[in-house]
Amino acid sequence: MSAVIVEYLPILVFAVIAFFVAGAMLASSYIIVPQSPNPEKKAPYECGFPPFDDARSRFQVRFYLVAILFIIFDLEIAFLFPWAVGLKGLGAAAFWSMMVFLAILTVGYVYEWKKGALEWE
Amino acid sequence: MAEAMQELFGPAGVWITWILQCVAIVAPLIVSVAYLTYVERKVIGAMQMRKGPNVVGPLGLLQPFADAFKLLFKETIVPTGADRFVFFMAPMLTLLLALVAWAVIPFQEGWVVSNINVGMLYILAVSGLAIYGVMMAGWASNSRYAFLGSLRSAAQMISYEVSMGLIIISVILTAGSMNLTDIVLAQKGVWFGVIHFPMFVLFVISIMAETNRVPFDLPQSDAEIVAGFHVEYSAMGFALFYLGEYANMILMSGVCVVLFLGGWLPPLDMAPFTWIPGIVWFFLKMAVILFVYIQARATLPRYRYDQLMRLGWKVFLPLSLLWLVLTASVLFFTGLWPEYGA
Repeated sequence: MSAVIVEYLPILVFAVIAFFVAGAMLASSYIIVPQSPNPEKKAPYECGFPPFDDARSRFQVRFYLVAILFIIFDLEIAFLFPWAVGLKGLGAAAFWSMMVFLAILTVGYVYEWKKGALEWE
Repeated sequence: MAEAMQELFGPAGVWITWILQCVAIVAPLIVSVAYLTYVERKVIGAMQMRKGPNVVGPLGLLQPFADAFKLLFKETIVPTGADRFVFFMAPMLTLLLALVAWAVIPFQEGWVVSNINVGMLYILAVSGLAIYGVMMAGWASNSRYAFLGSLRSAAQMISYEVSMGLIIISVILTAGSMNLTDIVLAQKGVWFGVIHFPMFVLFVISIMAETNRVPFDLPQSDAEIVAGFHVEYSAMGFALFYLGEYANMILMSGVCVVLFLGGWLPPLDMAPFTWIPGIVWFFLKMAVILFVYIQARATLPRYRYDQLMRLGWKVFLPLSLLWLVLTASVLFFTGLWPEYGA
C-alpha cells in the first residue's frame, strides 16, 4: 500500500465504524420497541390541525442569495488554503497577486453591501 | 503499537490497530457526550440557583443513562409523506460526521489516528458536510416547522463557515502547515490565541453559531418553530441528533484548543507544568471552552435572525479578512516565517 493510502485508510475505517454505531442505535430502538402507528400519530406536527398541503413548497429567495454569496467566499477560501501553506517559499509574486485578488474580492463585497444583498429584512 | 500488533496478528495487525484506535475514541466520546449533558444541566442549575438533576443515582450521576434509555424505549414515528430513506439517513449522517472528524485530532504528540497533511482542510470539510444532516432532516420530515428550521440552519451555518475559514487561514499562515500536529508544535513559544487574540474571540463565537448553540440556536428556537429541523424525530432518531450536536460541541472545542490554545502543550514550558501529561492539558483546555459554551447558554438571550446574519456577514467576514491580510503582510514584510513552512 502506498504511503498516502495508508494515511487515509484509518479515516475510512473510522467512517465505517461510526456508520455502524449510528445504524445500530437507530435499529435497536426500532426492533426492541413495539411499533403501533396510526394516522393521527403519523400526521406531521402543525399546531394541532391537519396540514393544508405539502410542506416542501416555496420559500424566501434570500436563502438562495446567501447560498450564492457563500459559494463565492468559500471558493476564495479554497484558493487561499494552498497559498497560506506555501507562501514562505513562493515569494513576492505570490504575495502580491493574492493581495490583488483579495482587493478585487473586497470591491465585490463592498458592492454587495451597498446593493443591500447582505440585508435581511 | 502498530508494530506490536503486526507481530501478533500478521498483516491484519494494521487493520486491528485502526479499529481499536477508532473504538478507543468513539466509546469515551459517547460517554463524554452523556456527561456533557449532565454537566450542562448542573452548571446551568447552579447559575440559576437550582440544584439541577439530583434524583437518579448519587448526585444525579446516572441521569444521562436514564435519558438515553427513555429515548431507546420510545416508538420510532415516521410522519406521513416523509421520505423514509432520507429521514433515517439524516440523523445517522449527523452522528457519523461528528465522529469521523476526530480521526485527525492529535491528543498528544503522536496520539492521532490519521496524521494527514491536510488535517485542517479535512476538519473544515467535515464540519461543512454537517449541513447536509440538517437539510436532509428538514426536507425529509415533510413538516413546515422542520423545513423552516432546516433552511434557517443551513443559511446560518454557511454564513459562519466563511469567517471560520478565513480565521483558520490566518492560523495556517503563522503555522506554515495544515497538519494539526504541526500547528500545535508551532505554538511552542507562544500560543496562537495570544498572537491572534481577536480571531480567537471570533472563532469561539463562530463555533457557537456553527453548532447551533445559544445565543445562535435559531434553527431550534423552541418558541417560534418548536424545535426546528428535528421536530418530527422521536426515539433514537432524536437521540442521534442530540448526540451529534454535543459531539460537535466537543469536537469544535477540540479544534479551538488545537488552533489557538496550544493543544497538549502546557501553558508555560517549565517544571510544575510539564509534570502533567499533555493529554490532561488538552482535556482541561477543552473543558474550559465547553464551560464557555454552557455559560453562554445560561447568560445570553437568543439573537434575532437579521442580527445573526448581520453579525456574520458584516462584522465577522470583514474583520477576519482584514486580519488575514494583516497577518500575511506582517509575515511577508518582517520575514518572521514559521519553521514548518514549505
